[in-house]
Amino acid sequence: MSSHNESILREPLVTGKNITYAKVTNDILVPVENKPNKAWWMGFTVAALGAMLWVFSVSYTFWTGIGAWGLNKTVGWAWDITDFVWWVGIGHAGTLISAVLLIFRQNWRNSINRSAEAMTIFAVICAATYVVAHMGRPWLAYWIFPLPNQFGSLWVNFNSPLVWDAFAISTYFTVSLVFWYTGLLPDIATVRDRATGLTKRIYSILSFGWTGNVKTWQRFEIVSLILAGISTPLVLSVHTIVSMDFATSVIPGWHTTIFPPYFVAGAIFSGFAMVQTLLLITRKVMNFEDYITMFHIESMNKIIMTTGSIVGVAYLTELFIAWYSGSEYEMYAFANRVAGPYWWAYWTMMTCNVISPQLFWFKRIRTSIPISWVLSIVVNIGMWFERFVIIVTSLHRDYLPSSWAMFYPTWTDVGVFVGSVGLFFTLFLLFLRVLPGIAMAEVKLLVHTASHQQKLKLIKEGHLDPEQVQFYKDSLDKYDSVSEEEIKELAK
Amino acid sequence: MSDTKYILGHFDHPDDLMDGIDKLQKSNISIYDVYTPMPIHGIEAKLGVPPSRLPIVAFICGITGTFAGISLLYYTLHKDWPMNIGGKPTIPMPNYVPITFELTILFCALGMVAAFYFRSHLFPGRAPRVMDLRATDDRFVIAIDAKNNTDHEKIDSLLKDAGAVEVLYNERKYVSYE
Repeated sequence: MSSHNESILREPLVTGKNITYAKVTNDILVPVENKPNKAWWMGFTVAALGAMLWVFSVSYTFWTGIGAWGLNKTVGWAWDITDFVWWVGIGHAGTLISAVLLIFRQNWRNSINRSAEAMTIFAVICAATYVVAHMGRPWLAYWIFPLPNQFGSLWVNFNSPLVWDAFAISTYFTVSLVFWYTGLLPDIATVRDRATGLTKRIYSILSFGWTGNVKTWQRFEIVSLILAGISTPLVLSVHTIVSMDFATSVIPGWHTTIFPPYFVAGAIFSGFAMVQTLLLITRKVMNFEDYITMFHIESMNKIIMTTGSIVGVAYLTELFIAWYSGSEYEMYAFANRVAGPYWWAYWTMMTCNVISPQLFWFKRIRTSIPISWVLSIVVNIGMWFERFVIIVTSLHRDYLPSSWAMFYPTWTDVGVFVGSVGLFFTLFLLFLRVLPGIAMAEVKLLVHTASHQQKLKLIKEGHLDPEQVQFYKDSLDKYDSVSEEEIKELAK
Repeated sequence: MSDTKYILGHFDHPDDLMDGIDKLQKSNISIYDVYTPMPIHGIEAKLGVPPSRLPIVAFICGITGTFAGISLLYYTLHKDWPMNIGGKPTIPMPNYVPITFELTILFCALGMVAAFYFRSHLFPGRAPRVMDLRATDDRFVIAIDAKNNTDHEKIDSLLKDAGAVEVLYNERKYVSYE
């Protein structure tokens, strides 16, 4: 049978009274079918101003060249690559939620995967701008692809991780986009069938003619599963290759074999933090509290804590290996990170990434919305500093002390970075207005299995172990979307 | 009644829908198609829909990508313009891995999704062949060809017996999307 009763021990994934399929559709389509509220307009105005700053700063960089940035002869790579890695890392959570959690049959992904995947796509767009902008001659960006160039039949150097990166990032973007859009088709069809006039025509084109018949659903499911299966190694490969941009060089501080797993863990860490930052606000402003519940928030916090600890172990391993290797230059690079002129960046990174996520061991903190939100931002600051520390502190004191230098960003550096954050939020806010922010078809799968309402029905029917029922009741305490009255009613 | 082309049984619970399919099949009434707002597991087996062959397409596309990747690298690095890059061999197998892998994934994803869209007739601008507008919202719809199955009263009672909330007699096959 299509619906089966889930164990009472599992916490509900959908709360609220009188949950029906129609209510799911109505609730989730509120932002799409109505005019935006004030909160949206305020957010959008600020974000759009940021996006304009981005357009201006990137155009200025194109016009004047890379000299517009604060780079010097010693530090030839700084904020551009820092921001690039930061954005690519943030993108990883979307694929992780949509692919890895699908393979592991984690049903709680159903209500957060859509917005997380959208976030992935927008983050990769932001990251791609740095790739193009840092080239100096962006109109020749196509040179990174294997085309015989005008000097004869010379090809790109396929031994170079930068070329691998071009392949990895473009594959990642394409596959994520295809995965996201295929998943959107049934939901766009829902919007289409409820709309009238011009809206109906637009969504009709976007829906590709989806009808929801048996064969199409069967193919849809198999396509989703295989896309998830191939996206899982893909997402791991992308940040592995990003880390090889550094690890295959011979610069002390970069030349380490721990980089691939360490970067992947860091990417998931910062990605989940960004999902948390966005969703905690989205659920409040868009009234999605019944779909993105405390269980989701707590689960994401647990992932942030775990990956934060992995990143912490990686930092300590790096320090140990620098000492254990006996390499003078390697040891100096790390001593310089910890206690050199950039000590403040290193310790910001350590505090934000290693120490602060440990607070999530406490349930009270893990289930507190304001603290989770603040910590998610702290993590993103920390992850930005991680990349800054790896890149700038490894470069700024090279083998020749006479060329030692410091890096100071110019207004263009700051503008491109702050602007890209604005661009990201602009795209995300537009997405919430025109497409369903939660995968409706997938949440509908949970209505008769994992909803609070269904569990209540089971409890009322009896036949359950009272100890298990008590466990379920206790687990409801943390939910902000289940009122105390409802819990009291259960106690009867 | 004679103008009826399709009979649509509306259900509001997937379990009732499955029950409806069972009842119709027991009375030898053929089902044209079923439209649902979400995937329903086990329905394909019940309706005799054969398993999808898309995994085979995915595998073939993936392996094509693998060979495309290796051929590209072999041709450019070894055959067309061998270059001395730090004294490395022109067929450095480890360095072939990342690009070959990425192309495998890319070909597999694009090929499989293209095959899915092609076989299911999904493309931008296709007029949706929708029988009932609520089938993408909250109703699970069984469509029965009324010309082939003439005993309409029996179908009606079978559907209602199974828990159909509504039974519609449509004179047009699709909802107009002009």
